[in-house]
Amino acid sequence: MRHAKKRLIVASLLATSLVATMAGCASGGASGSDGKNGELTIWTHNGGNTEELAAVQAIVDGYNKSQSETTVKLQAFPQASYNDSVIAAAASGKLPCIVDIDGPNVPNWAWAKYLTPLDLSVDLDENLPSTLGIWNGETYSVGYYDVALAMFARKSVLAEHGIRVATIDEPWTQEEFGDALKALKADGTWKNPLDIGTGDVGEWYPYAYSPLLQSFGGDLINRDDFQSADGVLNGPEALEWAEWMQSLATEGYIATKSGADSALDFQNNVTAIQYGGSWAAANNAAALGDDLAVMPSVDLGEGTKIGGGSWQWGVTTGCANPEAAMDYLSYSLSPENIAAVAVATATIPATDAAAALVPGFEEGGNLAIFREFSANSAVLRPETPAYPFIATEFTKATQDIINGGDPQDTLDAAVAAIDANIKSNGGYTQK
Amino acid sequence: MAISNVAIAEVAPASAPHVVLGRKTAKKKRVIGVGGWILRIGLTVLFLFPILFMFVSSLKPDQQIFGDLSSIAAFLPIGNISMDNYAAVFDRVPAARFLVNSIGISAITVAAGILVNSLAAFALSRMRVRGKTIILTLIIATLIVPFETLALPLVWWVNQLPSFELTEFGFMFTKGWIDTYQVQIIPFVANAFSIYLFHQYFESIPKELDEAARMDGAGWFRIYRQVVMPLSGPAIATVAILTFLPAWNSYLWPLMVVQTEELRPVMVGVQYFFQLNVSWGEVMAYSTLITLPVVALFIAFQRSFVNSIASSGVKG
Repeated sequence: MRHAKKRLIVASLLATSLVATMAGCASGGASGSDGKNGELTIWTHNGGNTEELAAVQAIVDGYNKSQSETTVKLQAFPQASYNDSVIAAAASGKLPCIVDIDGPNVPNWAWAKYLTPLDLSVDLDENLPSTLGIWNGETYSVGYYDVALAMFARKSVLAEHGIRVATIDEPWTQEEFGDALKALKADGTWKNPLDIGTGDVGEWYPYAYSPLLQSFGGDLINRDDFQSADGVLNGPEALEWAEWMQSLATEGYIATKSGADSALDFQNNVTAIQYGGSWAAANNAAALGDDLAVMPSVDLGEGTKIGGGSWQWGVTTGCANPEAAMDYLSYSLSPENIAAVAVATATIPATDAAAALVPGFEEGGNLAIFREFSANSAVLRPETPAYPFIATEFTKATQDIINGGDPQDTLDAAVAAIDANIKSNGGYTQK
Repeated sequence: MAISNVAIAEVAPASAPHVVLGRKTAKKKRVIGVGGWILRIGLTVLFLFPILFMFVSSLKPDQQIFGDLSSIAAFLPIGNISMDNYAAVFDRVPAARFLVNSIGISAITVAAGILVNSLAAFALSRMRVRGKTIILTLIIATLIVPFETLALPLVWWVNQLPSFELTEFGFMFTKGWIDTYQVQIIPFVANAFSIYLFHQYFESIPKELDEAARMDGAGWFRIYRQVVMPLSGPAIATVAILTFLPAWNSYLWPLMVVQTEELRPVMVGVQYFFQLNVSWGEVMAYSTLITLPVVALFIAFQRSFVNSIASSGVKG
C-alpha cells in the first residue's frame, strides 16, 4: 500500500514536469504579449547613459503626446549586460515590442527570429548605410547615429618630432606611421607611444582591428557567400596584417594590455597617439583644446578603413501590435529627433537633414570630419548571423598574435573554427 | 630553611640549562612575535590597499585618478578632492532603490535560508531517516555543478511557475516569476553548503540533550527550536554571512530575470557606469557605497564567524 502511494506520488511529479515541459515548449521562442491593451515597451541599452536616455525618453514622451492610441514605455538596461538580458528574455518569451541592437548583431537576431523586417512610413535612403541593419535583402533595424574611428594626437608633439598632421585626403601611409612611431619611441617620454586599446577585449577588437586588416586587403570572412573565412582571414594580406600587429608590440610601440582607459591615458600624456572612437573626441578636446589633432586612420595599402554600424532599433517578431511599433519608429526618425540624440551623445547623425541641425556637424563644422570618415571609409562588420562567433574568434586570434603567437598558425586556427561553426549551423541560412 | 637551601642547590644545576633554554625560547618567541606582527601588518596593508584605493579614488576626478596611478598619491586623499562623484552616482543610478532592494532580497534569503537549511540538516543529523548518508552525499554533490550551467534552464523553469498579481479586478493568477522579487529569492533559499555546515555543527551537539528533552516530552520541532538552534549561534552566523554574500553580490541571475529597473539589485547597478566613456570616479563611489553594508555585517558577526570556522573545520 505504502509502495503504491509512493509510486503514485512519483508518477504525479513526473506527469506535472512533463506537462510543464510541453507547455513551455509550446510557448517558447521570442513570442511575447507586449503591445496588447494599447501599451508598447521599448528596451534600450542606455541604463546609466543619462544623456542618451533622456534624449530617447523625450522622443517617447513626444510620441505619447502626439496620439492617444498607444502608450510607449521605455525600459533601460546597462549596456555591458544588455545582450544577455535580451537573449534570456527571448528564451522565456518575454521580449518587448521594440529593442535596440548593436549593428553587427542584427543578422544574428534576425536569423534567430527575434526581429521582424521593418515596414516604416519614412524613406531610409537618406540614412548613412552604416545606420541600417540589412540581412537577406530585408531591413531589420535603423539607427539614429553612427560612430567613427580616429587617431588623436597633440599637434605640438607631432610638430616637435617632425610628423605631419594626417588628413582625409592624405592619411598616413604604413611607412610614415612606422617612422612616426619610431621617432616617438626614441624620444623616451612614452613607454608605449601608441595606444590602440588592447586592454578592451569586448567588441572593440573586431570593431577597431578588423578595419586595419581590411586596409591590408584581408577580411573576416569571404563576403561573396559568407560561408568561409579561408583565404581572407589567413591569406597573404591577413598574414601581413598579423605580422604588422605583432611588430607593434615587439617594437614596444603598443602595450600588449593597455590601461583601463585609453582616452584618460592619452590626456595624461601616458601615450602620444590614441587610436580610438569618436566618442572620446569631446573629452580629448576639453582636455587639450586647440592642441588636439583628430586624424583619419592609417592607410595600410588598400585605403583607410573604419568600422561601421552602431546601435539601432528593431521590432520583435512576438510584438502583439507591430503596426504601432512601426508607427512609433517612423515618428522617432524625424530629423529633429535624430539631431537631439546626436547632440546628447556627440555621435554622427544618421541623415544629412539631421546633421544640418547639429552644431559642429553642419558642412564645414569641426565635427564634420567624423561624418566624412563614416561616409568614406566605413566597412560594415560582416552581415551574417555567424558574426558573434567570428568576432569572438577574431578577438582571441588578435590577442594571441599581439602576445607573440605564430601569426599563420593562429589565423589558420581561427579560420578552421569559424568554418566549422558555419558548417555546424547549416551555413546560417534562413530557418 | 637549610633544607630549602639544599633543595635550591640541588635543583640549581639541573635548572641552569633550563634557564638558558627559557631565554632562548623567549628570544625566539620575541623574534616570532616581531615577525608575526610584521607579517600581520603586511597582510593588513595588502588587503586594505584596494579598499583604500577605491575610497580615495571615489573622491577624485577621472583624470586625476589615472594621473596618480603611478605614484603613492593613488592611495592618498590629495589634489582635487570632493564628494562630486557621490552626488553624480545618484543622478546616474537609482542607487537608493537598488540598495533597498538588495537589503530586502538578502535579508529574506538569509532568514529563509537559515530556517530551511537548518531544518534539513536537523532531520539528517537527528532523525531516523533511511539512507540519510546517501541523501547528504547527493546534496553535497550538487555543489560541484556551477550555477552558470543551470542558469538558462532555471530561467525557463521559473517562467513556467504559477504566480498571482493584484490588478484592478483583484488577485489574478498569471504564469511566470520573471521580473519579480521572489524570483531573486526563492531559488537561493535551499543551499547545499549551508545544509552541510549546519549538519556538521549539529553533529557536535551531544545527542543526550535531545534524549533529555524527549524524556521531558518534547517533540522534534521543540528540540530543534529550543535545544539545538539556541546552541548553534556560530553556525547560524556563518550561514548568515555565507548566504548574505552571494545574495548581495548576485549579478548574473537578476540580469537574466529582472527587466524592470525598480526591481534590480545593487550589483547590476555597477554596469550603469561602464559607458563608452567610463566614469571611474563614480564607479569607485558606487563601489564604496555598496561595500559598506558587507563590511558592517562582517564586523557585527565577526566573532561568531571565526568561532564557527574554528569549530566546524570549514574554511568557507
